[in-house]
Parts: sequence; structure tokens; C-alpha cells
Amino acid sequence: MKPPAFSYYRPESVAQALHLLSTVEGAKILAGGQSLIPMMNMRLARPDALVDINHLTELTSIQDVGDALEIGALVRHDELLRSPLVRRHAPLVAQAERLIGHPAIRSRGTIGGSLAHADPAAELPVLAVLGDWELIVSSQTQTRTISAGDFFLSYFVTTLAPEEMLLRIRLPKVSTYGHIAEYAIQAGDFALTIAATSVDVGPSGVVRECRIALGGVTDVPWRDKTIERQAIGQVAQDSLWKDISHTVAEAIDPIDDLHATSAYRRQLAEALLREALHRAAQPKPA
Amino acid sequence: MVSITLRVNGTVHQMDVEPRWLLADVLREHLKLTGTHLGCEQGVCGACTVLLNGQPARSCLTLAVTADGADITTVEGLAQNGQLHPIQDAFWQEHALQCGFCTPGFLMTAVHFLQDNPDPTRAEIKEALSGNLCRCTGYQHIVNAVERAAKNLREKSGEKESIQTSTVEG
Repeated sequence: MKPPAFSYYRPESVAQALHLLSTVEGAKILAGGQSLIPMMNMRLARPDALVDINHLTELTSIQDVGDALEIGALVRHDELLRSPLVRRHAPLVAQAERLIGHPAIRSRGTIGGSLAHADPAAELPVLAVLGDWELIVSSQTQTRTISAGDFFLSYFVTTLAPEEMLLRIRLPKVSTYGHIAEYAIQAGDFALTIAATSVDVGPSGVVRECRIALGGVTDVPWRDKTIERQAIGQVAQDSLWKDISHTVAEAIDPIDDLHATSAYRRQLAEALLREALHRAAQPKPA
Repeated sequence: MVSITLRVNGTVHQMDVEPRWLLADVLREHLKLTGTHLGCEQGVCGACTVLLNGQPARSCLTLAVTADGADITTVEGLAQNGQLHPIQDAFWQEHALQCGFCTPGFLMTAVHFLQDNPDPTRAEIKEALSGNLCRCTGYQHIVNAVERAAKNLREKSGEKESIQTSTVEG
């Protein structure tokens, strides 16, 4: 199992990379390669050309830009896991990173690659939709900012055009608590189902904000703001989380594949979501 | 062909590679460092794990061209002057290998893990090794070996010999 032949380009700048994407027929971006290379080894992907962006240091920073973190597309999972800025302002990302692959995968795989690859059972796309991340995307002619909720179209399909490249991701800083719960058959595998939550409980014990996103149940990360709003103004207690989780489980139509049936994923989603809501709403030590 | 430079176990190699060549194949076929094994070639089994600039990486999921300029440590770089690396020694002591196919990947994973976490719990060791598959020895002995290695390395570092100098240098 070896990759098929391709022509290889190693741009020295983002401008060069964008030029290559718009001029080289069939060019694909190679970032960490932790999804693309296995697909090429198995000949599921046969790109004519690879644009290797691993040397673009412009895309490797994590910056505090006031009300958000701006993270370069080439920042690797391991750096997200260790970054004090991420721990402080996007703690759910740091929590989720422990669930992504293994150390040898996390040292290579990137945030941009994970989002652009758009595996519906991957953690970062789910957190992107949960946290209303903004994706900053450029081509040679224009730059646009896409909300994560509009970015994912279907399994492995996003709104990125062939000549476009994801450059940076803007994560609004969070002051709410969150939790991610998932079930994978083996540690580090893609999860069968992921439930991610963020909950803001006021001093009186009443829910002020509630967000829910699921992964692995449909072709894109799942979120329903109407259901989220039902929690607002209610007392944060387990009976509420039980009801909300049940409502969500009734609302989804999970995928059926060789790893798990639709019915099983529905049960998983309900159980994981209850756990994730309960944990997110727990009072945290100061 | 693309000209690249790799520093492997301290020796600098300049060579011409096809872009499609995997780092694992360049190590094995061109540098004849056959200690790095290829199991699944899709990033699942961990047998091909090497250190790339000090970080564990799947050499079957890394193109050699992408690794241009990198500092690579393979299992051949662990033993020094005929002395087994403390982690290799612990694998031997604890019977942590049977056929040995998966061993290089486990060793390289463990080397990095113990640099990062010199005093791990058993649960942390299991998590750290969860990306490496073994089909014959059984994981208990491997976990035991990493536990013993951690202890030996901690004692050794008390003797002013850090794991860093014994694995990455030279």
C-alpha cells in the first residue's frame, strides 16, 4: 500500500500556495497528512498534485485577538493540547484533544486539516459548530469568513472551493463551562457518537445559555438551536438534562453503518448528551 | 526526484527521493534501517513509529519529502555503545516482546512518553500505548516494561544522566 504518483509542490508562502491552487490542475493541500496519506496509501484518493504547506510558518501561531483566539490552520493537535491560551479560553478544545487519535497522530495532524477534511465523527468539527467558530478562507482573488455552521455540507464535503485554502480559525473566547463525551470502540479511534455541550448557569441556578452539538450521527455535525432554547430559564438539574437529551434523541435520524446501527447511535447520543450536560452544568471549583 | 536532507540517528543523509515515497520506505529501503516496521500502512498499528524532531510520528503517514530537514530517531538510534537503552532493557527484563514485530514502535512511543511524563500511572501508560498494536505478547508485559523503565530512568536521572542525552543525541 503505497501512494500513487503525484507532482509535488512546496510553497514558501501562503501567496505561493494560493497561486499553485489556482493554477495546478487537480492540486490538493497536504497538511499533517494523517487522513490524506492513509487515503492515498489505500488508493481511495489519487490527487494529481500535492501542495505541501508544512513549511508555511505564517500558519502556525495561536494568537489572542481580544474576544477570540485566532489559530493558524497548520497548528497541530499536540500544540492545541498544550497551549496555555487554548486551555484558558477554549478549554473544551484542550479536553477534546486528548480524545483525538494518539500522540503520534496528534504530533502531525492539524486543526485546519481536521476541519477541511470534515469527517462527521471527528471532534473539532463538532466543537466548531458548537462554539460558532469562524473559518477564514482565501483564494488568490478573495478572502471570506465562513461560520462553522455553514462550512460543513456533507461527509467530507465543505464549502471550500478547489482554489481556496483555510488559513485561520477564529474561536470566540468562552466563559461558560463545557464538556465533551464520546464513545469509541477503542481509545483514539473515531468515535461512534460524540456529544459536546456548553452550559451557562446563573447564580440562581437557572440556565442562561445551553449549546448542544453531536458528531457521528449525521453527515455533518448536528446542532438544533430550537431545542437548546428550551433549556433557557429552567432550573439546571438532572431532570432537565434527561428531558433535553430525550428530545434530542427523538429529533435525530442517526446514520446506520457497519460500526453501529441507527438505533444504537440514538441511544448513545441520548446517554452521552445527558452526561455532557450534567458535567457542563456542575459547579466548578474556583 | 526531489533532493532532501535527513538527519537520522545523528548522521546526515542527503538523497534524491520520489515525492510518493513514504518516510518508512526511505528509512528501510534506502538507509537500510529495517528496524522500523510497516504493519498496516494506514496509521493504525503504530509499528512504524519514529521520532520526528523529537515527536512521535507514523513514518507510514509521512512523506519523506515532507520530512526534509528533519531530525529523525529510529529504534537503531536507541542503544548506545553496545548498551541497550533503559527502555529496551526493561522490555527484555519483563518479557515484553515475543515475535518483536511491534516492538520498535512501542519503544519509540515509550521513549517520547517517558520524556514527557517520567512518573506515569499505569492508566497513563496504557493510554500512551493505545496507538500501538501487539498481536502476541499481550499488553500486560509491555505495560510492566514501561513501568519498570520509568523507574529505572528516574533512578538514572538521579545519576545525572538524562534520557534526553541517551536517546536523541548521537
